[in-house]
Amino acid sequence: MRVGVVTFPGTLDDRDAARAVRAGGLEAIELWHGDADLKNVDAVILPGGFSYGDYLRCGAISRFAPVMTSIIEQANKGMPLLGICNGFQVLCESHLLPGALTRNSDLHFLCKDQVISIENTNTPWTSSFSKGQEILIPLKNGEGSFQCDDATLASLEGEKRIIARYVGENPNGSRNLIAGITNTRGNVVGLMPHPEHAIDTLTGPSADGLGFFTSILNAMVK
Amino acid sequence: MAKIVVDVMLKPEILDPQGNAVASALPRLGFTFATSVRQGKRFEIEVAGEPTPAQLAEVEKAAEVLLSNPVIENYVVRVEK
Repeated sequence: MRVGVVTFPGTLDDRDAARAVRAGGLEAIELWHGDADLKNVDAVILPGGFSYGDYLRCGAISRFAPVMTSIIEQANKGMPLLGICNGFQVLCESHLLPGALTRNSDLHFLCKDQVISIENTNTPWTSSFSKGQEILIPLKNGEGSFQCDDATLASLEGEKRIIARYVGENPNGSRNLIAGITNTRGNVVGLMPHPEHAIDTLTGPSADGLGFFTSILNAMVK
Repeated sequence: MAKIVVDVMLKPEILDPQGNAVASALPRLGFTFATSVRQGKRFEIEVAGEPTPAQLAEVEKAAEVLLSNPVIENYVVRVEK
């Protein structure tokens, strides 16, 4: 069971993501942005950071990296794919997920522990949770405000494709408190806060984030 | 040498916190003319000679694929003399 973790120039959460994959009981495989070879991985994580310096738009240039061509192709065939923070931005720029992440409504870079509720437990990344479960994981971003048109929002709501929402005050202006969404097939998930930073209480505010990584283990052994 | 300019703006319905921040800074400096400010991006692309229709079509394509995100932004391509 091999989970690839992609490093772009400017990625910074790849080490934590790989550590979280191992904590979840899977093998973490390093993938390099310039190499289209996915090394026979069974799933891929696009971790957080500032790929290509966030130049042009967050994720806009990463989308065209050689590794993304292979990832998009495999994701369209059903490979589980999780994008966290900058990874979520890359997924939206790649059109694997609808909408876009824009500047936080108050313009501040956020770095805080955030409660989110898990709304959809039918994806390979969220099956370890119970529906409505509230978890505490770090949120750190400058451009985390999820925006889309009304028709897209209605379909995300109607098809239960919102996988997580912020609980309490809206931290960044995201429509309908959206913290994470999935595609129509349910294999691609984008999430703005960081489960990989909350896999044990020594280094994180909780161990709640581990559920994303045990979920993918469960999805693979099924 | 000619210059092709691509202006990229957030769609009107997309919240522009940067533009709002500029709009609220203006009156603090005594500039009271603005009822609204929107901030965008401008790309200046130089080509050798007069741009051909084929080149302009390519720039349109680049603006659609890379320079803008059609989910949240509109763009305009024009040639600057």
